[in-house]
Amino acid sequence: MNEVTYEEIVRNVQEMCQKANFDLGEDVYAAFQEALSTETSDTGKEILNQLVENADIATQDRVPMCQDTGTAVFIVELGQDCRIVGGNLIDAINEGVAKGYQEGYLRNSMIYDPLNRKNTGDNTPAVVHIELVEGNSVTLHMTAKGGGAENMSRMKMLKPSDGLEGIKKYVLHVVEEAGPNACPPLVVGIGVGGNFERCTYLAKKSLFRPIGERHADETIAQLEFELMEDINRLGIGPQGMGGSTTALDVKIESAACHIAALPVAVNLNCHASRHQTVTLG
Amino acid sequence: MQKSIQLPLTKKDVQSLKAGDRVLLSGTVYTARDAAHKRMIEQDQAGEPLPIELTDQVIYYVGPTPAKPGQVIGSAGPTTSERMDLYTPRLLEKGLKGMIGKGHRNDAVKKAIVENGAVYFGAVGGAAALISRSIKSSEVMAYADLGTEAIRRLEIENFPVVVINDMYGGDVYEEGVSTFKKEAAEDQG
Ligand code: SF4
Repeated sequence: MNEVTYEEIVRNVQEMCQKANFDLGEDVYAAFQEALSTETSDTGKEILNQLVENADIATQDRVPMCQDTGTAVFIVELGQDCRIVGGNLIDAINEGVAKGYQEGYLRNSMIYDPLNRKNTGDNTPAVVHIELVEGNSVTLHMTAKGGGAENMSRMKMLKPSDGLEGIKKYVLHVVEEAGPNACPPLVVGIGVGGNFERCTYLAKKSLFRPIGERHADETIAQLEFELMEDINRLGIGPQGMGGSTTALDVKIESAACHIAALPVAVNLNCHASRHQTVTLG
Repeated sequence: MQKSIQLPLTKKDVQSLKAGDRVLLSGTVYTARDAAHKRMIEQDQAGEPLPIELTDQVIYYVGPTPAKPGQVIGSAGPTTSERMDLYTPRLLEKGLKGMIGKGHRNDAVKKAIVENGAVYFGAVGGAAALISRSIKSSEVMAYADLGTEAIRRLEIENFPVVVINDMYGGDVYEEGVSTFKKEAAEDQG
């Protein structure tokens, strides 16, 4: 049995929150460069240039790349032979988020209650998903998920007879409806299968895979590729002002489902695709 | 083509702007987002004067991050404008001439933009660190209790925007997308 302390988790989460908001991932940065070489709209190119410059300023000045510093979302892979000592894992994550956001001058965007809408003042609580895995370490995957793109995310229970074509049509519909609101260029995360709640979780989880990395399953990888082509033919472009770069990538995760079901969830992520991962223990 | 405009907006400025124009704005803008809009409209309905004079002014939809010591303002990119749509036509009636945000407006706002001779600009969503460099000063003018959502007066210099909706009914989201959608289809043969 391996031990990881409460304090270690707090300290690491604190750092992850700041790094995620200050340092655009290399995968996204590379995707901007690639898009700059293919974008056909002048305004689109100008916007991509601004995004590159913005990322450079954020890293240099240690300031958030976007003012919406997001909801802190975690996927925790907890090894079944790893023990958290000195306190509760979820409390440790929340303490790390509170400290990281305050120290980093990040914006507090969380409210206690969706109806009374009073700010919690420290960007907690985080959204935490825990997966139990083999091994004796704990891996924390974190993303700062912006509200604009999250608000344009959708889920639908398709009919099995809708098939592959139905899935494609639905994804294109969601991306078109989102248009400029989700801050394209986007990373489009898709969940296929599972049940109602697993499907949306898969869509979110798919967004944790680095840009440019295809799914291991060939059929799914092919679908990711085809959807990427179709989405970039929509003409939405950077910031929805027209152009050939609407998606930087498309990610799909799938799971077993009921004979009567074909759930599809589309979780949109903006270009401020902010991710950090650490393994402890 | 890039234009430069000094704020507040004149009638002539607004007449000269067409959807798709890239513009550098300098001068004064006021920040307001969801909560500040709601409160302004409530005051208006109660017959009270608004805390800022809107005639010919521009409102920027933004909720910045807290300023670090030594910074004028934190990162300050645009938020999604449609959440303000419910309140916007009334503010345009009261003399507001321009708005900066991101994303679609509803039909009522687009109609009010045409009727009142106004303009809706889009800033680049997510380019918040870059944008904050063109903000030279920031002062809370009203609703300080709303924190990030308070009304601030900003002095801006060469703040980059694109005209989304002009006073002639032009809409870059529709026109831009249809241009590139067609081109992409042609690529396909
Ligand atoms: S959608 Fe993303 S880039 Fe746009 S404002 Fe929100 S967090 Fe920032």
